[in-house]
Amino acid sequence: MQLLKKKIWLMALILAFFLNSQIGGWAQNKTIILATTTSTQDSGLLDVLIPIFEKKTGYFIKTIAVGSGQALALGKRGEVDLLLVHSPKEEKEFMSDGYGISRRAVMVNDFLLVGPAEDPAKIKGTKEAINAFLKISASSSLFISRGDNSGTHTQELSIWEAAKINPEGQRWYQQTGLGMGQTLTIASEKRGYTLTDQGTYMALRKNLNLEVFLARNKDLRNYYHVILVNPKRWPKVNDKGARALADFLVGKEAQEIIRTFGLRQFGSPLFLPMANQK
Amino acid sequence: MELIWEGLKKAFFLLITLDPEVLNITFLSLKVSGTATLISLLLGITLGTGLALSEFAGRRFLVSLVNTGMGLPPVVVGLFVTILLWRNGPFGFLEILYTPTAIIIAQAIIATPIVTGITLAAMQALPKNLRLQILALGANRLQMIWFLIKEAKIPLLAGAMAGFGGVISEVGASIMVGGNIKGYSRVLTTATVMETSKGNFDLAMALSIILLLLAYLINTILTQIQQRERPR
Amino acid sequence: MDNSSPLLEVRNLLLKRADTTVLHVPDFSVFRGEILSLLGPNGAGKTTLLQALAFLTPYFQGEIIFQGQKINSSKSIFALRRRVTMVFQDPLLFDASVYDNVASGLKIRGLKKKEIQQIVSQNLERFGISHLAQRSARKISAGEAQRVALARACAIQPEILLLDEPFAKLDQPTRDSLLADLESVLRQMKTTTVMATHDRWEALRLSDRLAVMSSGQILQVGPPEEVMNKPLDEFVAAFVGVESILTGKVIGKEKGSIIVDVSGRTVEAIGEMDLGETVALCIRPENVTLTDLHPPELSSARNVFPGRIVKISPFGLFYRIQLDCGFLLISYITAHSLEKLKLEEGLEAVASFKATSIHVVRKKEKLTVQAR
Repeated sequence: MQLLKKKIWLMALILAFFLNSQIGGWAQNKTIILATTTSTQDSGLLDVLIPIFEKKTGYFIKTIAVGSGQALALGKRGEVDLLLVHSPKEEKEFMSDGYGISRRAVMVNDFLLVGPAEDPAKIKGTKEAINAFLKISASSSLFISRGDNSGTHTQELSIWEAAKINPEGQRWYQQTGLGMGQTLTIASEKRGYTLTDQGTYMALRKNLNLEVFLARNKDLRNYYHVILVNPKRWPKVNDKGARALADFLVGKEAQEIIRTFGLRQFGSPLFLPMANQK
Repeated sequence: MELIWEGLKKAFFLLITLDPEVLNITFLSLKVSGTATLISLLLGITLGTGLALSEFAGRRFLVSLVNTGMGLPPVVVGLFVTILLWRNGPFGFLEILYTPTAIIIAQAIIATPIVTGITLAAMQALPKNLRLQILALGANRLQMIWFLIKEAKIPLLAGAMAGFGGVISEVGASIMVGGNIKGYSRVLTTATVMETSKGNFDLAMALSIILLLLAYLINTILTQIQQRERPR
Repeated sequence: MDNSSPLLEVRNLLLKRADTTVLHVPDFSVFRGEILSLLGPNGAGKTTLLQALAFLTPYFQGEIIFQGQKINSSKSIFALRRRVTMVFQDPLLFDASVYDNVASGLKIRGLKKKEIQQIVSQNLERFGISHLAQRSARKISAGEAQRVALARACAIQPEILLLDEPFAKLDQPTRDSLLADLESVLRQMKTTTVMATHDRWEALRLSDRLAVMSSGQILQVGPPEEVMNKPLDEFVAAFVGVESILTGKVIGKEKGSIIVDVSGRTVEAIGEMDLGETVALCIRPENVTLTDLHPPELSSARNVFPGRIVKISPFGLFYRIQLDCGFLLISYITAHSLEKLKLEEGLEAVASFKATSIHVVRKKEKLTVQAR
């Protein structure tokens, strides 16, 4: 029967495709799921580090780049094996609630306060982040926030809190809910201030019309930690693999790579290695 | 405007030099969406034809479900599939979250109602007695369905194109269930979103152009089949 | 298999749809090689009966016996469908070439390409459409399309060909030419045919036997002349075209004949009814003769009625004259006679008919249907 033959061919074809797509994904305890943030992924650092680890150990790493909030949520659900994030406050909660069993520093970079060259809030020269934010609020100057519970957003909120300002609902405070790159673009287009991580800013600098007002500030440090998800809570976690990857990230080889990453491309490294430091 | 031109140049460059990552992403897009479309055609044409030719209590309810499904938001599908495929979820034991297979599943779920709905309409639009005429010529059930499908070829191919178009351009569910993992589950749409959010607009534009080219190519082939001139 | 036993037999066929009886045929046969017409108005059940014979309608009660075998399993139904085919009012052609359409039944049966080619060209030839072989079926006229449908059906050499008013949607000249061609093909192929129509001239011309249907039942079956000249009841009579029906009471009897009072006039007819019975006298218009007011001889015509011409209308090759003689009489005369008699509406004329040409039907009573 013509029709039956065609249907069988079709099904065979589909099956072939299906199986083909599965290659690499089925050796499951050889797979490690790492949750990290979009800005970390976008920096390109992991694209360098991960293949090295994979080659060395034969593991297959699935790097899921999502917002900080989602990364932590996935960790709480045991859907990922380890986290590489930069939201210290939330991370500490995560640990104290027992979702993670090890938290180690990996690297650090800066947050930058950037804004339009016109500087309507006249924050040029201001040394303290809190003061700069106060001036922005006082002058009702346009401020673009990520508004997405990311590490950057959390950092930004902590500064508003310290300044005892609640920007929520104010007309000059706009939340995009988007990634860092897009938020920067919007800030550039709309001539507003924003808080950004160094990596994304450096990568996009040439397309943006923004100036850096605050950098290398002690209040604006962005700490990256690697956290192992608690296997006792979620037995399906690949704790052996996670531990191996985490060890690698804080190990000498990876740290050395981090130290020089971005040097050639941007003239200065994007991160500072921080493992085994206080 | 300049950006579009930049994007065009970059797209051309990437394709000419056979940039391995771009090629990888492109072929994966084609494979994933192609497979999903094939699955949706198999399921959709079967279901649509079955519904069109049968009568039973609750048929109308099923039909309205199908019609609703045609407008199903892809992100909703993505969310549901993610939750089902989570390691600790009901189908976690399959361990297919964050794989291209998961994307195929999600896309197939998105495309099947579209193909079903269009098949249903196409079959119902055929002359009422055509089915009887085919049987009267001595056809068995399978042959009858084959003849009916041939007669409805034009709208059915439109359904195929609608299904394919719906999934090749899909991004929300693909990111959620696929994870956009470099070299593994990254497709043209998810890569475009990523590059855009990174601010690499020219690369994003180039990928978009490649995606459009791909879609155009496939649809040209399908249109050819659909519109192939009848004998004079 | 001898020719006297029926090719197809129907027994106690009952088909209901939503509590209404759509078809009720206690006894019906089709004989090998004959052309049988189903005549009846729309809604009479002709299409339903045809579809039931081809097992295209679902679920009916009763038996169908084909070539002596009862058809009651899906295997036998499928076998029947392979030997019996149907052509509908719409040609229902496939969106392909004329050649592919005619070949479709053969492709279904898995014949080889060479065989198909031979049979298809033969049938294209038969219906005069060889020149259309490569034309798209969507680009031909209605008449040509119906020819393709017929060629497609004949290509599979069916044991029984069922035609459901195949010419109903065509204009008269196309119809006539197709009818002529179909007739010669059927005679040549000796195919058993059952054809539904509501056109009695078509039925008269083509059929070996005629079955009149109404409301899902077969009222009468027989050779056309028999049915048309001896309708068993009023309905059949009205349908097969006996146009003057005079109702009256029997007021006199003589040996073998009756005198009937119709609206005050007396009509003599042949019959054995009782005094006082109400009867319907059926007279075919062809049997009503008209003369002008000065009749020369009215020798054997006992029934002579002067009257006034109410209406003259053209009717095919004839003129239909409506005459008021105290009761309404319809006559057909040729154009030549019309001229010769100088008949006009409003003028007086005299109608006459022989007692022997009257078919007497008892009112509200039917004789049982006689199978052949």
